[in-house]
Amino acid sequence: MPDSGHIVSSYEMELTELASSISQMGGMVECAIAQSIDALLSHDKKKAKKIAKDDRLVGDMQRKIDENAVSMIARRQPMASDLRLIISSIHVANDLERIGDMAKNISRRIKHIKGGEDLSPSFYNGVRHMTDLTLLQIKTALDAFAARDTKAAIAVCERDDEVDALYVSIFRELLTYMMEDPRNISQCTNLLFCAKNLERAGDHATNIAEAAYYLETGMNLQVMLDEKRDEEK
Amino acid sequence: MSKKAKQENTKIAPQVKIKGRNVDVFYGDKQALFDINLDIERNQVTSLIGPSGCGKSTFLRCLNRMNDTIDICKITGSITLDGQDIYDKEIDVVELRARVGMVFQKPNPFPKSIYENVAYGPRIHGMTSSKEELDKIVLKSLKRAGLFEEVKDRLDESGTSLSGGQQQRLCIARAIATRPEVLLMDEPCSALDPIATAIIEELIDELREKFTIVIVTHSMQQAARVSQKTAFFHLGKLIEEGATDDIFTNPRNQKTQDYITGRIG
Repeated sequence: MPDSGHIVSSYEMELTELASSISQMGGMVECAIAQSIDALLSHDKKKAKKIAKDDRLVGDMQRKIDENAVSMIARRQPMASDLRLIISSIHVANDLERIGDMAKNISRRIKHIKGGEDLSPSFYNGVRHMTDLTLLQIKTALDAFAARDTKAAIAVCERDDEVDALYVSIFRELLTYMMEDPRNISQCTNLLFCAKNLERAGDHATNIAEAAYYLETGMNLQVMLDEKRDEEK
Repeated sequence: MSKKAKQENTKIAPQVKIKGRNVDVFYGDKQALFDINLDIERNQVTSLIGPSGCGKSTFLRCLNRMNDTIDICKITGSITLDGQDIYDKEIDVVELRARVGMVFQKPNPFPKSIYENVAYGPRIHGMTSSKEELDKIVLKSLKRAGLFEEVKDRLDESGTSLSGGQQQRLCIARAIATRPEVLLMDEPCSALDPIATAIIEELIDELREKFTIVIVTHSMQQAARVSQKTAFFHLGKLIEEGATDDIFTNPRNQKTQDYITGRIG
């Protein structure tokens, strides 16, 4: 992180504002994911509707970040770490908007899912666990971005396999229910989509972690991890 | 391409045209440059950047011994052009300056015709034996400097009658007429408007095919646009040098980072 501020203080303020907009937008989508799963598990259609409606605010925020970033590129001709902050903010805002879409997609499916205790508690526990992990991934990635913490960014990328593994286990469980009784197919397919949305949100969290790594080092995290793996072989 | 492969590639491709080693420059008691080690690669544009008074123009002037004209200036260390020490006693300075041409900040055409401005160098260096040959050189230099189309009908008009951007291109034509190997440019666009600047920048990119170019510029955007290699000077020291892409996106040194992002002036 640069030690001193810009000679042009308004530029410094714009950069600070950009970074805080990312944090604010991050908070909004973290909340949206948590609430969408709450709504799913408690079958709260009213809450689901509100989440879908609030997604517009996330979209507005992304547009605002994009506009500010483009304006700064045009007016300030940013270089080095400033350039990296602006470019990665555009990427992160895009990933956050996609995570917001995932929350919206989950909320929209709730009306097609029957409530009650149709499915085993193990399914709900699995989804709850996957949600906690996905939220942890998003939060850690955003913290890594704000603090330019490369170690935390690497940890997010390495933990993505766990989210994927949970998704596979939920997939298999739902598949079993569908094979047991074809009447479960519609219900399970909707639930499977919800799990898939969570898994995709986890992928976007790794993208944010990659942006955090790039912001600090100017290098691509995946390339670095691949090279490390090759060396270990 | 992996970073390692990229590094390998850059290692093999360029050849060093000018090599500066342990260069110290003093103006009287005051030391202006401290232990500069810098390679200028053939057919590449190298830009020297840094705040005012950091020594970048001083270093540029060392490369064709322009500092010889300043009595109190003393240079130690070595600067070689194709392996030959340019500060060797055997070196003919006039010949050296024909090999290493220079374009200055302010366009400075001679108060002579456009034709004479370009013909002057080849004539005094005895590069031609006939008028036809000289005509050819003038024509080729003006064309290469991207000025010919604009002045072809008024070659006998005074060089000073041209616009600022045209005058600077005339100075470039004059500098390349003696067929130099290296072209030194000291803030060549600082007195020009954005359109004239764009034309000169386009020209620099074309000229790089034939010449090795070293440019001093205060505009970091210009350095980023025209050069392949960038060297950052601060308080007489070479702080960082490397591929332009790396310097402007991911500099290694904190001082470079602070300067190019506008945190130190």
